[in-house]
Amino acid sequence: MYKPLKKEIVSVLVDNQANVLTRVVSMFGRRGFNIDSLTVSATNDPTLSRITIVFNATERSMQQIITQTEKLEVVKSICLLNRENALYRELLLIKVNNTDAQRTGIKEIVDVYRGKIVDLSRGSMIIELTGTPEKLDGFLDMMSTYDIVEVCRTGLTGIESSPDYR
Amino acid sequence: MRLTGSQIVAEVLLDHSVDTVFGYPGGTALNIFDELYKYSDKIHHYLTAHEQGAAHAADGYARSTGKTGVVFATSGPGATNLVTGIATAFMDSIPLVAITANVPDNLIGRDAFQEISITGVTMPITKHNFFVNRIEDLEPALREAFQIANSGRKGPVLVDITKDVTADSIEYTSKAPYELRKNPQPDGEVVKKIAQLINEAERPVIYFGGGVAASDAGTELNRLIEKADIPATYTLMGAGVVGSDNPHSLGMLGMHGSISANRAVSQADLLVALGARFSDRVALNPAGFAKNAKRVQVDIDKSEIGKNVPVDEATICDVREFLHMLLPLIKEQKREAWAAQIQEWKESEKIVHYEGEGACQLHPDEIVLKACELTDKDTIYVTDVGQHQIWAAQYVKHEKTRRFITSGGLGTMGFGYGAAIGSQLGNPDKRVIHFTGDGSFHMNLNEACTAVSNNLPIITIIMNNSVLGMVYQWQTIFYGKRFSNTTPERKTDFVKLAEGFGAKGYRATTPEEFEDAMKKALQADGPVWIDCIISREERVLPMIPAGKNVEDMIID
Repeated sequence: MYKPLKKEIVSVLVDNQANVLTRVVSMFGRRGFNIDSLTVSATNDPTLSRITIVFNATERSMQQIITQTEKLEVVKSICLLNRENALYRELLLIKVNNTDAQRTGIKEIVDVYRGKIVDLSRGSMIIELTGTPEKLDGFLDMMSTYDIVEVCRTGLTGIESSPDYR
Repeated sequence: MRLTGSQIVAEVLLDHSVDTVFGYPGGTALNIFDELYKYSDKIHHYLTAHEQGAAHAADGYARSTGKTGVVFATSGPGATNLVTGIATAFMDSIPLVAITANVPDNLIGRDAFQEISITGVTMPITKHNFFVNRIEDLEPALREAFQIANSGRKGPVLVDITKDVTADSIEYTSKAPYELRKNPQPDGEVVKKIAQLINEAERPVIYFGGGVAASDAGTELNRLIEKADIPATYTLMGAGVVGSDNPHSLGMLGMHGSISANRAVSQADLLVALGARFSDRVALNPAGFAKNAKRVQVDIDKSEIGKNVPVDEATICDVREFLHMLLPLIKEQKREAWAAQIQEWKESEKIVHYEGEGACQLHPDEIVLKACELTDKDTIYVTDVGQHQIWAAQYVKHEKTRRFITSGGLGTMGFGYGAAIGSQLGNPDKRVIHFTGDGSFHMNLNEACTAVSNNLPIITIIMNNSVLGMVYQWQTIFYGKRFSNTTPERKTDFVKLAEGFGAKGYRATTPEEFEDAMKKALQADGPVWIDCIISREERVLPMIPAGKNVEDMIID
């Protein structure tokens, strides 16, 4: 009856005040949506913050959570981002153990993905990489043959690239 | 003028023409209650037995008067005791402002005595809430609370104020309330399409809910029904908008709705939903609901459009504004074939009395019909939740909006007595009848002390079957008569209990005894309870089981 689940990204502009994140996130929680990733950040207006949420939804349930979230007093606007009209970035930090012999191989992969080695010691290194979630996934896949100690991702943030977004 | 936070609370209430409030004092609320004492000639605070009763009273006051209900409570347990009352108002979109005190700001977050984050607790059951720990935020928060509670789809708002703010002071000037937010306007093109659908339909049905009452669109709706000759059915929240003797009225829809309402919706070629949300007690099986019809929905809340059942046309606006735009486009006509079909269904309807083993001489419909017969059309009927609630909904002669006060969405047992007290205080010239069951009444009958203290002539009619009837009915039908925890064998003597509270009590076991007790009750000047003994085997019928269709309706 419903279309299959797909990953949706919404960008929510909210009042910058205490509890605002709880209000928005609890709306998703109580309507049964599981959030994949979440970022909150300042905007150029100090009274407003932007929350970017990635979650799984069917077409109908997605409309429902958008209209429900829109009703919150703290929400100024909400829009659904899609691949065609928005840019997304996510930041990844990864710590990898390595031997001297492995180091050049890792560096090659990092260069192809245009990442940076931000910390290097004799036995391990920390790599920083920015990009779309797909790019980060691809990089992690390439790195999976190495001894990964820890992975941190910031979650997604996004911005509309054209004025005629929905 | 420089005023304290507590004075500002009182002044903002006066600016909003609030003269009646409900609540319960406590440690952190002392400053506020000290001001309520000084303002007692302008604002009457009614003390209840329990904060839940106060919240229901404020809710009943709002439902029966159309004004905003206001309730006060102290921090901690005082505030948490409001929760069920606030949730009840939230589910039924009732404008309510709850004002709670909290511990002083320097103790916030330290698990101080009677400290609770009530804004956190009430986040999912309020339209919005405010935590005020700075005096300069107090006035705007209170004013916004009234604005939000009454704008668009109405609902409860909570303002939590730390005790230090209630003592702190700031400049204050009296001013008019904030203007309500502008409603979205009906989409003219969609209204034209809807008018065309109505004009061309052969078997249209109007299905309306609490939104019609909330927007005071009763007159316009009745005009539409007459002009276009359309039968109309209502949800529990819509009772009273179309008079019970109006031949176009199909009665209530849904799980315990009438045969004609449920059949009409299933056979309709057009369903016009006005201020209603296709809840699971109406659209029991959303996929099969009005499946032969084009469906149209008008609601002020965008998130309700297509939430439960997909619709073909919709416009987001106030129902009254919609009807104003629609009415001139409606062709006057008669739909004789459809009316004849509906008449046939109506004639098949019957009242079922339980006559088997353990039958009693008094039956639910006789109680409700007699109570209506002995009271006038302005009477306010308040219910608790359960079998008695549905019997009241089915048999009360609904004549006017704001005269049937019941907890629809949340289904709150224990709602009735508090709501009856609020209704009576908001309508001192009207008769208030409170229908309850022995289960619901046991939850909050402590409010009898409030009714007695204020000498309120509320007549409480207890449909006493000695069981938790609605659950007992489900256990009878669906659970092999395994009566788990529904037959408590209580020995409560309601007549003596009423007397213990300082009220009057009567018992009725036959229609004659009930009539006699009602007549005495109508002469009394304080609260009266009538304990009506009915059989535990009486069922609420018709019934469509949850998730099923009209074809699965249980009729007898």
